Amino acid sequence: MLALAAAVALAPLALANNYHYEIAILVGLNAIVCVGLNLLIGYAGQISLGHAGFFGIGAYGSAILAARYGWPPVLALAAAVAAAAALAYAVGRPILRLKGHYLAMATLGLGIIISIVVATEDRYTGGPDGMSVPPLALGGVTLAGERAWYWLVGALLVATVWLSLNLIDSPLGRALRALHGSEVAAGVAGIDSPRHKLLAFALSAGIAALAGALAAHYTGFITPGKVTFQHSIELVVMVVFGGMASTFGAVVGAAVLTALPQLLTVFKEYEMVVFGGVMMLTMIFMPRGLVPTLAALAARRERAP
Amino acid sequence: MSLLRAEGLSKDFGGVRAIEALDFEIRPRAVFSIIGPNGAGKTTLLNILTGIYRPSAGRLWLDERLLEARAPHEFAAAGIGRTFQNLQIFFNMSALENVMAGRHLHERCSVAAALLRAPRLARAERACRERAAELLAFVGLDAYAGAAADALPYGALKRLEIARALAAEPRLLLLDEPAAGLNPSEIRDIDRLIQAIAARGITVVLVEHNMKLVMGVSDRVLVLDYGRKLAEGDADAVRKDPRVIEAYLGAGGD
Repeated sequence: MLALAAAVALAPLALANNYHYEIAILVGLNAIVCVGLNLLIGYAGQISLGHAGFFGIGAYGSAILAARYGWPPVLALAAAVAAAAALAYAVGRPILRLKGHYLAMATLGLGIIISIVVATEDRYTGGPDGMSVPPLALGGVTLAGERAWYWLVGALLVATVWLSLNLIDSPLGRALRALHGSEVAAGVAGIDSPRHKLLAFALSAGIAALAGALAAHYTGFITPGKVTFQHSIELVVMVVFGGMASTFGAVVGAAVLTALPQLLTVFKEYEMVVFGGVMMLTMIFMPRGLVPTLAALAARRERAP
Repeated sequence: MSLLRAEGLSKDFGGVRAIEALDFEIRPRAVFSIIGPNGAGKTTLLNILTGIYRPSAGRLWLDERLLEARAPHEFAAAGIGRTFQNLQIFFNMSALENVMAGRHLHERCSVAAALLRAPRLARAERACRERAAELLAFVGLDAYAGAAADALPYGALKRLEIARALAAEPRLLLLDEPAAGLNPSEIRDIDRLIQAIAARGITVVLVEHNMKLVMGVSDRVLVLDYGRKLAEGDADAVRKDPRVIEAYLGAGGD
């Protein structure tokens, strides 16, 4: 926890220009989504293939309320986050009563519907051309500039990680891990599995929407590109790559997989090949993900004489 | 006065009758054993008594009140706990956390309190941890408290399930083959443990193939065969019942 706070605080020393800050902000936003998604995938054991949809509801919801209806951006952001969580609750309630990976199928469909709506309802969303978004402002102070945004996103990331660690360490988190371990035993122990899975799902959707809304206000312009099925998969891959059921794993996974494509641009047209190779090697040699594997390795080193 | 009473309980799977028109009653503070050949419907019955299966027909009465629970967690809240024949351990947690998870029903925790690590919650967690450690000691697993559940040997996992079930403070504890796969000395430990649980005032339902264990600890024995009640009575009466002998040894055994 302190290490993460220190990393966020000290990273600017290594950030030479606005482009670096931009990547750091992008890493932070993806990490926020992944910490939330990890509650669902890593702890509750449910897969969502539609989290880019919730990211999109946050981004477009906040943008439309602020740009088209003149809401104060902070209020628009809060409303969009609440709407995404409410939608997740409504969709998850019937589905999470079933055992198995039905949520993956349902969220796959939901994500695709959201991306189609965003691309076709051009009166509101601007369609494939995208729409511009007013900057985030509170009480007459407008948040502008890469550095200000870096500190906001960094602080929110640290807060999200802290809240997530608290939740996992509480009776609710224990219930989530228990139903992941054995749903039938969790039920017999008095744990209402559907209710807890729903909580993790709605929470993760709200967090994804928060990151989406922030991304919209930060870049000032959004397109349907971030609301695609492909982006949903990228988010799941970040969680799995970093390490399921590891909050810091989610942060590291988001950081590596967001920054890596930027670094790999030196490989030009072979960029995606190298990217795919890194993914495959990681999954073959570290099937539990980056952070849990390295943590286990470090623990073994310590025990050995 | 019965703690649990079943009336006309039946369960079909497609065309197969796993349980058929079963009536029985379990008196409080007794050790009630259910025996029968493989496939007699013993585990199906436990699954009905814990809400994992819904009966095709029949009713259950707990404390002479109709049991209206539907989902497993509602049966747990009504005071029915159980262990599993094929272990259902939370292998992604430590031994102590498994037992702490068993205390779920006794913990009040709002989402906000959990996210913000409320001081009240920290105190409750300490109490929960202590209670779980006591239960681990009660089943003889104090040495494993900090160990990951997947590092425990088989016999210890059997007792870990019992500790987790006890953590919910059930009034009725269903044990599904607690001695299966254990060596004679481990079975003696389970025998003593069942008696210690009964001495705490908890009513025990024991499904078990080990006849020495069953005959030693049971106050009453129900014999199932093909989903029907074959015999019921105290251990001695059941042991001498010719129908029971026939079902176990096969017809024409003489």
